[in-house]
Amino acid sequence: MLSGLLDGIFSGISLGSVLLLAALGLAIVFGLMGVINMAHGELMMLGAYTTYMVQNALKGTPLFGIYIFIALIAAFIVTAIFGLVLERGVIRYLYGRPLETLLATWGVSLILQQLVRSVSWQLVTIVALFCLLFFGAMWIVARRTDFERARGWFLAIMIPLSAAAAIATGNVLGTLYKPAFTKLWFDARNVDVTAPKWLRGGFPIAGTQFSYARIFIIVLTIACVVGVYWFLNNTPWGLRIRAVTQNRTMSACLGIPTKKVDALTFALGSGLAGLAGCAVSLLGSVGPNTGQNYIVDTFMVVVVGGVGKLAGSIIAALAIGTANYLIGSNTLVDLTAPIKPLSDTFAFFSTISMAKVLVFALIIAFLQFRPGGLFPQKGRTVDA
Amino acid sequence: MILGSTAAGSILLKACGSDPSTTASPGASPAASTAASTSASGNTVKVGILHSLSGTMAISEKSVVDAENLAIEEINQAGGVLGKQIEAIIEDGNSDWPTFAEKAKKLIDQDKVATVFGCWTSASRKAVLPVFESKNSLLWYPVQYEGQECSKNVFYTGAAPNQQIEPSVDWLLENKGKEFFLVGSDYVFPRTANTIIKAQLAAKGGKTVGEDYVPLGSTEVKSVIQKIKQALPNGGVIYNSLNGDSNVAFFKELQASGLGPDKYPSMSVSIAEEEVKAIGVDYLQGHYAAWNYFQTVNSPASTKFVEAFKAKYGSDRVVNDPMEAAYIMVYLWKQSVEKAGTYEDLEKVKTAAYGQTFDAPQGKITMNSNHHLSKFVRIGEVGEDSLFKIVYETKEAVKPVPWNQFVTDTKGFACDWSDPAKGGKYKTT
Repeated sequence: MLSGLLDGIFSGISLGSVLLLAALGLAIVFGLMGVINMAHGELMMLGAYTTYMVQNALKGTPLFGIYIFIALIAAFIVTAIFGLVLERGVIRYLYGRPLETLLATWGVSLILQQLVRSVSWQLVTIVALFCLLFFGAMWIVARRTDFERARGWFLAIMIPLSAAAAIATGNVLGTLYKPAFTKLWFDARNVDVTAPKWLRGGFPIAGTQFSYARIFIIVLTIACVVGVYWFLNNTPWGLRIRAVTQNRTMSACLGIPTKKVDALTFALGSGLAGLAGCAVSLLGSVGPNTGQNYIVDTFMVVVVGGVGKLAGSIIAALAIGTANYLIGSNTLVDLTAPIKPLSDTFAFFSTISMAKVLVFALIIAFLQFRPGGLFPQKGRTVDA
Repeated sequence: MILGSTAAGSILLKACGSDPSTTASPGASPAASTAASTSASGNTVKVGILHSLSGTMAISEKSVVDAENLAIEEINQAGGVLGKQIEAIIEDGNSDWPTFAEKAKKLIDQDKVATVFGCWTSASRKAVLPVFESKNSLLWYPVQYEGQECSKNVFYTGAAPNQQIEPSVDWLLENKGKEFFLVGSDYVFPRTANTIIKAQLAAKGGKTVGEDYVPLGSTEVKSVIQKIKQALPNGGVIYNSLNGDSNVAFFKELQASGLGPDKYPSMSVSIAEEEVKAIGVDYLQGHYAAWNYFQTVNSPASTKFVEAFKAKYGSDRVVNDPMEAAYIMVYLWKQSVEKAGTYEDLEKVKTAAYGQTFDAPQGKITMNSNHHLSKFVRIGEVGEDSLFKIVYETKEAVKPVPWNQFVTDTKGFACDWSDPAKGGKYKTT
């Protein structure tokens, strides 16, 4: 009984911490900035692929035992940079237009999924060359005073020209250095991230075993939450982020560079998604669809927790994780065994699929009573 | 097999079938069709290859296309079929079942292919089935599946349940224990498979101590592990029909929870050489899988197949059971066409196919008049080289039973297309 209870508590926390880690970045991007980022899952996927690449690069070197820490840093940096590009390139034009943001980020998520399937040196060269030619030309021409008038002509000429030059170069290089240059980096197949030896297996306690990978994720989640809290509450940029969240116009009036704050916040949220991707690669496999498994759950956590409040997300993640586990395993069935009809009901829901159904139903019911989530935003700042 | 949903398949198809405008859809991205082998003479036989080259199923189906292309290339190098070169028209089903039906129509009506090799999931097969039946065309299907089907327009070269699931359960009962926990993904293939297993266990003195289903693609399997621990505190057999990503999470979690293959041996029906690579051999070593063919099968035909495949696609590639089935079905079609003397008259081709034998990598297989193959059944244990060590194999090829004899609805039924009076489903007793 004791081991069952311990197991239950541990598993609930562990499920919740995975959810929380995945949702933390979204809580910042969606919660603080109000951007519905459908590509959040794909940012996680990028983090997972970064982990895979770090693992491969360090295989056979003495650093392999601690590659997971290097991978964490690398995943954070890669996804944060990617998030920054995404914010500068797409999202900043769409602030205040949630529907367009939703569609645009969903498009980005599809592009990213296909990107990892078909990325090769050839593709990278073509894209890089195109960007170099097109934006380079734009940068030169844009200094002319009559640029605005000639803009249409410029686009009509430069887009096909840059594309043709980039594709031609890519193809020539592709035929010259055939297998190496055109070889796909990852392919559509899922790839495998093998945890270092010390993260495999588990910690035996009272007749049960706690998986090291799960313990690692719990610790990582705690570290991330503490780190984010510290950043938001104890640093100048954290102060600015909170200020912009509460009242964008007023902050701008007081001289806070809101654009920089937006970019920074989005990069931070993306970086956290990368960390989450690194962590979940320890649990499952890494594939183009990895992110899709998490996107619904993460939004659920943020909505239940209350948009704009990190504390809400934390409690919501733990609650949803524990509820999922309690219903999905036989724990509730055993607890209610004396009351037959009740235990039969729980037995009906005690598969993973049905547990999800029940949890969703509970969430819908909960949102009927508290539409704002656990910790709704107070005051007139909600639609800032 | 896999992802199959009879109901969903037929609903999708109804939607397609009721709309005549989709017939022969010529606008269905002709750019996607690529001629794999071109022959300058123009004197070619066109065949269709219809698999998912994009989307979630591309992972598995791409390598099947590779195997089919290999067979076509070999046949062409040896002089082709009836003196003509084979020209493959490859279409992408995009892991989307209505697209499969649309592309099947395009292949039959527009490209006028002699036959089609294709599909992986049961859902895609169910979606194209009415197309092939209404146009009386021919499909070769290379994947193990749940059975309960016997169309006169399909040749099934993967395993029927009695050639994979049933023998593996018998083997487990004999060697590993009587108490079974069944885990599967939540759709028709695992549920049908587990219905069969439960009936079989009940009939043979085994015991089903629990069963659980995980949504397709889900990676949260913690509570399943918990249930296995509860139901089998002292060890027992896990029968695993999970598919895709859930497998990875499942085996990682199994190891982390300390349920090793020594006390908790598992038998999988959807894990082959490629999946072992993807999941990581460290997690799988010592577990079992049931198939008709493993790369480690030791025979001249198998060695030749593996070497030819690696020579064409790279030495890091592996072959697996569905790829082998895809490879041999191209040869079976060629033999049937040559025996019939025509590739256009499908009735003659089909009749010629019955009784065709082929020295396949897995051994000598025979096409039966119920459109399924007599195949060898093997059980492999994952070794540290990521390949399977074969621990059991049948001496002779097992005859296929498409209509399951453990399920009451189909008990006593069989299929025989060589006899017009019998057809796809007739009562034997």
